[in-house]
Amino acid sequence: MSENRQTLNRNLAQMLKGGVIMDVTTPEQARIAEESGACAVMALERIPADIRAAGGVSRMSDPKIIKGIQEAVSIPVMAKCRIGHFAEAQILQAIEIDYIDESEVLSPADDVYHIDKTKFEVPFVCGAKNLSEALRRIAEGATMIRTKGEPGTGDVVQAVKHMRMMQSQIRDIVSKSEDELYEAAKQLQAPYDLVKYVHDHGKLPVVNFAAGGVATPADAALMMQLGAEGVFVGSGIFKSGNPRKRATAIVQAVTNYNDPKILAEISEDLGEAMVGINEQEIKLLMAERGK
Amino acid sequence: MMRIAVLALQGAFAEHRKMLCNLGIDSFEIRQRSDWDEHKDGLIIPGGESTTQLKLLKDLELLKPIQEDIRKGLPVFGTCAGLILLAKDVEGEDFERISTMDIHVKRNAYGRQMGSFYTEDNFQEIGKVPMTFIRAPYIMRGEPHVDILAETGGHIVAAQQGNQLVTSFHPELNDDPRIHQYFINMITKQ
Repeated sequence: MSENRQTLNRNLAQMLKGGVIMDVTTPEQARIAEESGACAVMALERIPADIRAAGGVSRMSDPKIIKGIQEAVSIPVMAKCRIGHFAEAQILQAIEIDYIDESEVLSPADDVYHIDKTKFEVPFVCGAKNLSEALRRIAEGATMIRTKGEPGTGDVVQAVKHMRMMQSQIRDIVSKSEDELYEAAKQLQAPYDLVKYVHDHGKLPVVNFAAGGVATPADAALMMQLGAEGVFVGSGIFKSGNPRKRATAIVQAVTNYNDPKILAEISEDLGEAMVGINEQEIKLLMAERGK
Repeated sequence: MMRIAVLALQGAFAEHRKMLCNLGIDSFEIRQRSDWDEHKDGLIIPGGESTTQLKLLKDLELLKPIQEDIRKGLPVFGTCAGLILLAKDVEGEDFERISTMDIHVKRNAYGRQMGSFYTEDNFQEIGKVPMTFIRAPYIMRGEPHVDILAETGGHIVAAQQGNQLVTSFHPELNDDPRIHQYFINMITKQ
């Protein structure tokens, strides 16, 4: 991947800012997402809540399903590959996906190495639960970061924890003197130049979204106020009673996350939210995959 | 003192504000209907997803007031999605947008993200400028009263019609402030 390509791929993430990226499994759902104001869709065979319920090994979606969704909408289409599974990523690049999510939601294919994303033309987004993971993924070529949260639970606690951790670590790096940054890079197990970037700019060198457990407009507003630049909503929309209405409300919540009056209006009468699972009730912590 | 409104519903609005700030121009964000009532000398509609921005313009009841003020002469600058929102005609779509500019536009004209590219080409009165195209549209044709300001690869990528300026690329993503300065000059001349 040339430096030029990397910049263009970071630029696409900048265009997604202030937006909501929604998980969809059919062309019909993709159209509902687009009409409700999604800035991109994530094409999947099964949404995280169903992956969790089904158990077993979870893999990249059938390219035919992804292509059907690409044909249905004009907004960017993303898809997931397994952590470390560069062959799945090559297939997604071959069908000209707009963004690949190297995702802990699927079963990892490699328990040591992530994909060398610098070898690809197509952009990658990766999950992170702290600054160390985020900077390592960026060093490997990711051009967008999202919190891992805990996918498929409808419980926002992990996304909050990861976003707070990342923001607090960023503030910590900013406050250090320049000669302390070498040690900070060692502690973070991340490249020095990326640590220096965070120190100088007070932010990651790529866009940072929230993901994993967002189910309501209030959840989305919470994540935005905590510093997210946009949100992914996985199971929260199409596992709820009225997907179109909820999707529209979450899109508005991300734009007006700082206005409680508007948030109150759009939170009214949304029907049933997805059934949540508490962190203590789940056996599989997806966020622990890929560090 | 000049003050520019930046539509901040979704997309790369922060980059435009930063560019204006570097030029010493004051700006503020439009996120809801009440923001629109503030004094402004011009409007910037940023890149992002045009479908998302249009949905929010309608839901937040901003579409009509913005449309009316542009028709009355409010200077406006649209980049990428902003260009699509200002275009009267978009290939394969027949619904209303802001639709104040007499241009016919093709969305995602260079294909998906793999088709995104960077180049440098001439912009009228300015010379060679950086041009970053991200899943960009281009202008297929304009009415005779639309001035073509830039072309690259045989396609129209920047145009002006009186108080309206559009680029299909993203001047806010590079450090070159000359196109923003061009917009500021448009306002001053008015």
